[in-house]
Amino acid sequence: MDQDEDLQIAADLLARKPGAFDRFVDTYHNKLFQFSYLTCGKREDAEEVAQDTLLQVFQRLGQLRDPARLKAWVFRIAKNACLMKRRKSTFAPARELSLSDYLPARADGADGHRRIEIADWSHLPENDLLRSELSAVLKNAIAELPDLYRSVLLLREVEGLRTEETAEVLEISTDTVKQRLHRARLAVRAKLDEYLRSAKGAFVP
Amino acid sequence: MEASSSPKREDLSCQQIFALLSEYLDAELPPDLCEKLSGHIEGCAPCVEFVESLRKSVDLCRNFKPDTLPAPLAEEARANLRRAYESFCG
Repeated sequence: MDQDEDLQIAADLLARKPGAFDRFVDTYHNKLFQFSYLTCGKREDAEEVAQDTLLQVFQRLGQLRDPARLKAWVFRIAKNACLMKRRKSTFAPARELSLSDYLPARADGADGHRRIEIADWSHLPENDLLRSELSAVLKNAIAELPDLYRSVLLLREVEGLRTEETAEVLEISTDTVKQRLHRARLAVRAKLDEYLRSAKGAFVP
Repeated sequence: MEASSSPKREDLSCQQIFALLSEYLDAELPPDLCEKLSGHIEGCAPCVEFVESLRKSVDLCRNFKPDTLPAPLAEEARANLRRAYESFCG
């Protein structure tokens, strides 16, 4: 869904337009569930967070004037609900990702040129089976990210929030959003690279 | 190294480029720094290859469609939400 569509849903909801309630609930119930599922890790928790968030949104909708701020505001409520859930479950210490862990290894090629050890990314899988395998690898790579990084990646890439909006949702600086996003992308890239190397030869066009 | 640090050197090393790649892909770097990165990347085969793999990873993330769907909202839950919205509508 693009930014214009999100904005239209928000504007219709605040303008009390017919059908706006159902459209908002159907769209955001799914979005909030996906975000919470990958954040909390438990289906039941994600179902509860999605519903609780929607209820809080409607109860507090009078506080919101600008439709452009609705999406970030909704995800901020969801993020806090996820935090409450996590506090009640197993405590997981924050894990930091180091940039140096993702620097590709270098080697000198036989022709004297510099090389990096990297998979062949020129042909990603096109058939359904291999695509779904790649999709599963991607899902695991995202799920395995430490919380701090996963939230940023989900909000920026999957939900398409801007850097400033992501900073607002997570209550961190824009520089921290950029730093975490870069490390999250590098971590995901490394997992995909590992998979593509192990599946070498399977993607010949 | 922080992703948002700003190298002062005229010639950037591959390692300095590496730290700035997401901001480069997102067009969030100051124009002069962006130009320096482009200049380096164009002449550096390992950087070209790495940038391409990172760009494709970002595209895959942006098109990621989770396969687990939520259970449909129960009628009672939907009715609760509708009541809260109607109360906002006045």
